[in-house]
Amino acid sequence: MEQRGGTILAVEHLTMRFGGLLAVQDLSFSVERGQITALIGPNGAGKTTVFNCITGFYRPTQGRIALTNGTPLSRPLLDRLTGSSLRHLREGTNEVFLLERMAGHEITAKAHVARTFQNIRLFSGMTCLENLLVAQHNALTRASGYSVLGLIGAPSWRAAEARSIERASAWLERIGLIGRADDPAGDLPYGDQRRLEIARAMLTDPVLLCLDEPAAGLNPRESAALSALLRTIRDADGVSILLIEHDMSVVMEISDHIVVLEYGLKISDGSPESVRDDPKVIAAYLGVDDAEVAGAEAELDATVAGRST
Amino acid sequence: MRDARNKPLASGRPATIAAFKDAALVGLATLGLGFPILAYRTEQNISNQLIIEPRWALAFSFAGLAFALRLAWLMTSAGRSSIPTWSMPVLSKRAGDTISRAGLGILLAYPFLALWITGPGGAIKWIDNFGIQILIYVMLGWGLNIVVGLAGLLDLGYVAFYAVGAYTTALLSTHFGLSFWLCLPLAGMFAALWGVLLGFPVLRLRGDYLAIVTLAFGEIIRLVLINWVDVTGGYAGISSIPRPTFFGIPFNATETGFAATFGLEFTPLHRLFFLFYLILALALLTNWVTIRLRRLPIGRAWEALREDEIAAKALGIDTVITKLTAFAIGAMFGGFAGAFIAARQAFISPEMFVFMESAVILAIVVLGGMGSQIGVAIAAIVMVGGTELLRELDWLKAIFGKDFDPTQYRMLLFGLAMVAIMIWKPRGLISNREPTIALGAKKSISSSLVREGHG
Ligand SMILES: Nc1ncnc2c1ncn2[C@@H]1O[C@H](COP(=O)(O)OP(=O)(O)OP(=O)(O)O)[C@@H](O)[C@H]1O
Ligand SMILES: [Mg+2]
Repeated sequence: MEQRGGTILAVEHLTMRFGGLLAVQDLSFSVERGQITALIGPNGAGKTTVFNCITGFYRPTQGRIALTNGTPLSRPLLDRLTGSSLRHLREGTNEVFLLERMAGHEITAKAHVARTFQNIRLFSGMTCLENLLVAQHNALTRASGYSVLGLIGAPSWRAAEARSIERASAWLERIGLIGRADDPAGDLPYGDQRRLEIARAMLTDPVLLCLDEPAAGLNPRESAALSALLRTIRDADGVSILLIEHDMSVVMEISDHIVVLEYGLKISDGSPESVRDDPKVIAAYLGVDDAEVAGAEAELDATVAGRST
Repeated sequence: MRDARNKPLASGRPATIAAFKDAALVGLATLGLGFPILAYRTEQNISNQLIIEPRWALAFSFAGLAFALRLAWLMTSAGRSSIPTWSMPVLSKRAGDTISRAGLGILLAYPFLALWITGPGGAIKWIDNFGIQILIYVMLGWGLNIVVGLAGLLDLGYVAFYAVGAYTTALLSTHFGLSFWLCLPLAGMFAALWGVLLGFPVLRLRGDYLAIVTLAFGEIIRLVLINWVDVTGGYAGISSIPRPTFFGIPFNATETGFAATFGLEFTPLHRLFFLFYLILALALLTNWVTIRLRRLPIGRAWEALREDEIAAKALGIDTVITKLTAFAIGAMFGGFAGAFIAARQAFISPEMFVFMESAVILAIVVLGGMGSQIGVAIAAIVMVGGTELLRELDWLKAIFGKDFDPTQYRMLLFGLAMVAIMIWKPRGLISNREPTIALGAKKSISSSLVREGHG
C-alpha cells in the first residue's frame, strides 16, 4: 500500500487507568494518512477507551497523542510542542496538535478529528437535515456573525445557510436518505441511523474519522454498502479512517492496516494478512489454541467429576 | 382469549386514567348542555320586568355530580369494559398559523374590546388584572422557555433575573434619574450578566443538582435584597419609581401631559393602554427573538445539547458557551420583564420575587409544553387568567358561607390543572416539536422522540 503523506495520528505509550483497572497499557500505534486503520480485539479489550482518549472524552493517565494537519508529522516540531505547555504549534504548513491536552469540542473544531459512537448518538428528536446542520455548527456560527447577522437576516448569512443545506442534502443523497430528510432521526431504522451518524461526523470537515463499530447490527447487504461508503470516504474525500469493528468480513475487506488489542495491550500490528495469520491473534479470538482448549476441557471435566462424587 | 379480555383490568393505572378522562368529559358535556337551562333562569321582578338570574352554582353542581357518578360507575368492574378511547385532535400546521394570527389580532384589539364591552370602569380591571398581568407571565414563560424548553436546563431560580431587572430599573431611576427607556436595556444587560454569573458555577451540574443550585441562587438574590438595606431598602422595598412616559410625555393631567398634548380628555386609561401595548411589544419581541434564534446555529446547538450533550461535544460544539448563552438570553428577557414591572407598579419589594414566582413560571413552561411558544402562551392565560377569575367567583360564597374566599384556592387550582395536564398530556399542552427547517413540508415531531434534557 502506498503511503500518502505518512503518519497523521501517532499514539505513543498511551495508558488509561480506571481505579485498579488498566484499560489500556502502554499502547503505541500510528494511523497513516489516506488509509483505513482498524482497531480490533475481543470485548472489553479497551478499544472504545482508546477512542475516548483520542477524542478528548477521557484524559489519558499517561501517553502522547499527536495529530498533524497537512504534511507528514514533523518530529522536531512535535518535540518542541511537547516541551512547551501549548496545545498546538504551527510552523509553515506543518501543524501539530497534542490531543491529550485539548478539550473534546476543540479536538473536533480545531484538530478536525470526528467520531461516531458504539451506541448511536443521534439527536433523535431533530430531523435528519437538522442533525446534519448541527454538525456544521462552528462554520455556520461564524457565518451568522455570532447570531447578529443571523438575527437581522443578512444576505451573507442566508447564502451561507443555503450552502450548508446544500451540503447536507448532498450527503443525504449519498447515504440514500434524501427522501427522509424531514423525518426525525429517531424514526429511522438502525442501519440508516448508522449511516446518518457517519454523514453527520463527515460534515464537521474532519481529516481523521473515528468510527466505533459502524457495522454493528447491520445485515450483510448493509455491511457491504457501508464498506463501499467507507472506501469512498477514504478515496474521494481523502479522509483517513480509524475503525473499531467486530465484523471481520468488513475489517479484512477494507482495512489497510490493523492493530489488535487484548486486555489493553497491543498484541499485533500490521497488514490484514499478517494479522490474520498471527498465532497470538488467533489465540486471543479463540481464547487459547486448539490443543490447549482440549487440555483445559479435560481438566474441567475432571474437576466437575471430582466435585460430584 | 381470557387474558386479552382481562388486559384493561389488569393494567390498573391506565384504566383509572381513562376512567378519569371519560368522567371529566362527561362532566364538561353536562355543563355545556345544561347551562342554557341551569345556569340562567328568567324571573319577573317587582316592576314586572323579565330579568335573568344566574345560577352558575347549580350548573357547576350538576356537572360535578355527573362527573362523580360517571367515575363511580366506571370504577365498578361492570362499567370498565365500556370506556371508549378518546384521541386528542392534532392541530395541523395551517390551523396553528391561523390560530396564532387570530390570537395576535385579538391581542391588538383587546384593550379597545375591553373598553367597548365593559365601559371605562370595568376596563381598568380587564386591561390591568387580566391583560397586563397575563402578558407579564407569557413573557416570563417565553424567557424561561429558552433555558428549560430549548437548552433543557432545569432552572428553579428564574425569578432572580426578574428581580435583578426590577431592582436595576428602580435604583437607576430613583438615584440617577435615568428614564425608563434607558433603564430597560440596562436591566436586560445586568440580568444577562447575572445569568452568566449563575451559569459558570452550575455548568458541570446536571438534573437535580442543577435544579437545587438554581433554586438556591434565587433565594440568595432575594436574601441579599432583604438584607442590603442601605441600597435596596430591605423589606420596605423601593417606592416612587418614576412611571414610564410616552417617549418623554408623562401620563398626567398637566398641560404637558399625554392627554393635553394629543387633545384628549384625561383618563387613567391612557397609561394602562400604553402599559398594555408596551408589555405586548416586549413579549412579542421575546417570541420573535426566540423563533429566530431557534433557526440559527445557536438555537440548534441548544436543542442538540438538550437531545444529547456528548454528541454535541463530539461535533465540536462548545457546550460551556452554549449553556452560558442560554442562561444569559433567558435572563435578559427576565430582566426586561423586571424593568417593566418596576415601572408599572412604581413600587417593588423582595416579597414580589419569592420562590413561588419561579415555580409558577416553570409550571407555565412545563404545562404549556417545553419548547412550544404557543403552548406556553396558552398555559399562562389559563394559569394566571384562571387565578384572576377566582376573584370573580363570589357566588361560591352562597354555597360555602360568607367567609369563603375563592382566591385562597389559587394553589389548589394550580395543582388540579397540573394533575389534569399530567394525566392527559404528560409532556404539556403542545408537546410536539416543530422542526426548524425542512426541505419539503414541515412535519411536527412526536414528543416520544424528543428528549427533555438532563436537567
Ligand atoms: N469510564 C470507565 N470507568 C471504569 N471502567 C471503564 C470505563 N470505561 C471503560 N472501562 C473498562 O475498561 C475496559 C475496556 O472497555 P472498552 O469499552 O474500552 O472496551 P471495548 O474494547 O470497546 O469493548 P467492546 O468491544 O465490548 O466495545 C472494560 O473492562 C471496561 O469495563
Ligand atoms: Mg467498545
